[in-house]
Amino acid sequence: MGGRDTDLILLDENGIRCDGRKIDEPRKIMIKAGVLKNANGSAYIEFGDNKILAGVFGPRDVHPKHLANTDTGILRCRYHMSPFSVEERKRPAPSRREIEISKVIKEALKPAVMLEQFPRTVVDIFIEVLQADGGSRCAALAAASVALADAGIPMRDMVSACAAGKVADTIVLDVNNEEDQAGQADMPVGYMPNMEKITLIQLDGVLTPEEYKKCVETAVAGCKLVYEIQKKALTDKYFSNGENN
Amino acid sequence: MGNVSIIDQLKGQKIHDLLEQGKRVDGRSFDEPRQLTIETGVIPKAEGSARVHLGDTEVVTGVKVQLDRPFPDRGDNGIFICTAEILPLAHPDAEPGPPGEDVIELARVVDRGIRESGMVDLTQLVLEKDKTVIGIFADCSILDHAGNLFDACSYATTAALLTTKIPKWEMQDDVPVKVEGQESDAPITTIPASVTMGRIGEHIIVDPNADEWFCLDARITITTNSDGNICALQKGGKDGFTIEQLVKCGETSISIGAKIRETLKESKGAGQ
Repeated sequence: MGGRDTDLILLDENGIRCDGRKIDEPRKIMIKAGVLKNANGSAYIEFGDNKILAGVFGPRDVHPKHLANTDTGILRCRYHMSPFSVEERKRPAPSRREIEISKVIKEALKPAVMLEQFPRTVVDIFIEVLQADGGSRCAALAAASVALADAGIPMRDMVSACAAGKVADTIVLDVNNEEDQAGQADMPVGYMPNMEKITLIQLDGVLTPEEYKKCVETAVAGCKLVYEIQKKALTDKYFSNGENN
Repeated sequence: MGNVSIIDQLKGQKIHDLLEQGKRVDGRSFDEPRQLTIETGVIPKAEGSARVHLGDTEVVTGVKVQLDRPFPDRGDNGIFICTAEILPLAHPDAEPGPPGEDVIELARVVDRGIRESGMVDLTQLVLEKDKTVIGIFADCSILDHAGNLFDACSYATTAALLTTKIPKWEMQDDVPVKVEGQESDAPITTIPASVTMGRIGEHIIVDPNADEWFCLDARITITTNSDGNICALQKGGKDGFTIEQLVKCGETSISIGAKIRETLKESKGAGQ
């Protein structure tokens, strides 16, 4: 990302970032499970200024039929950004970026979902980014994971997600939009906290081998924070003395 | 997709059993890439080109250079765009038509490795800020698919860029005019080298071949630059990695990438 010229002070002398956070502090995160009527499972997340909905349908019949697998269920995922979700209107048709993100989110969730219990079926995950901020793929993954659990689909683990990055030569947790634009590296990570496995990892930007290790560890620590919020979203829905359901 | 044939199942089992004994199907060691051969200048009409064999995988990348409008938020930068296509003659399962998610991911990973390394100094490709810039378009055609297209396309694109000649344009009465007979090397700052590793069970292998490719649990592509730093990374496949495995993959990508980089450098001299 080359550290573009900017007047923005990314990290001040007290180690405070441009939005007032400390280097190991994530943005404000709120997750709510079961927000849609028709979907079998759903979740809404606010992650900084990201506002994202995830809906899950299935396991259900596969259309077109030739995609069905007799050995296992299949997972499909669509990550889509609303045209009004960004500064300049985004054309509604899926971009190459959205197709790639759909694929990496699908592959991040696949290890967690026990698809082998549902041969010949599909689980469809639809993610709609209503408002986008930096780190939307991590927020989308965290919401999709809660939506799958909300749908009652058997899972080995939750998939949590959080990014880390390099800003002003420092490894920081949860890169926001300004930091992504002006910073030096961005590394989104998806992580299964109980199986201790990284199921999504990408990197844009230059890191030394030491920074790389630190960045992975920082992102995983962030994932563990997000995991607690994901669990709370589910307990709030299912164990709140029958208030919601 | 799915519905794996009995032969593929047996092959997968064999590959797995061999790995348990510390061997690979084609006799390579775990961190040994296949034979890499690079031929440059293979398409004289393109401003840069390279044909790469990585084992039995074969890719041609051609680079075209032409004027374009800059991206709205990057008015002081030239354009670099990389695409890929698995030609229908490359594999029985390849079909003509718009690219699927696998091919889009492939092109974006190759693009990201080169872009994030800063290989081409795009600030030197501006004719008129916010209006006219030089665009570098690298298109990878996969001719034979025998596993690990990521590295084959990445090496072909890098080798093609190393030999790319940029024509000279001048502004005359607010119109860009090409100056015939004058060209310069592309503004290259570093040589990125990607290394793709696959995980099968607990084993991590560098540059999986066709048979290995189709039974990977997970894969990771890590690109390093000439300084030996990591500049891009992409995980794929149906399962994940532990932190320890990722750190190990990072180290492997640096050491193997350094050797690949030497081959890429040599290819430049050989093509001229």
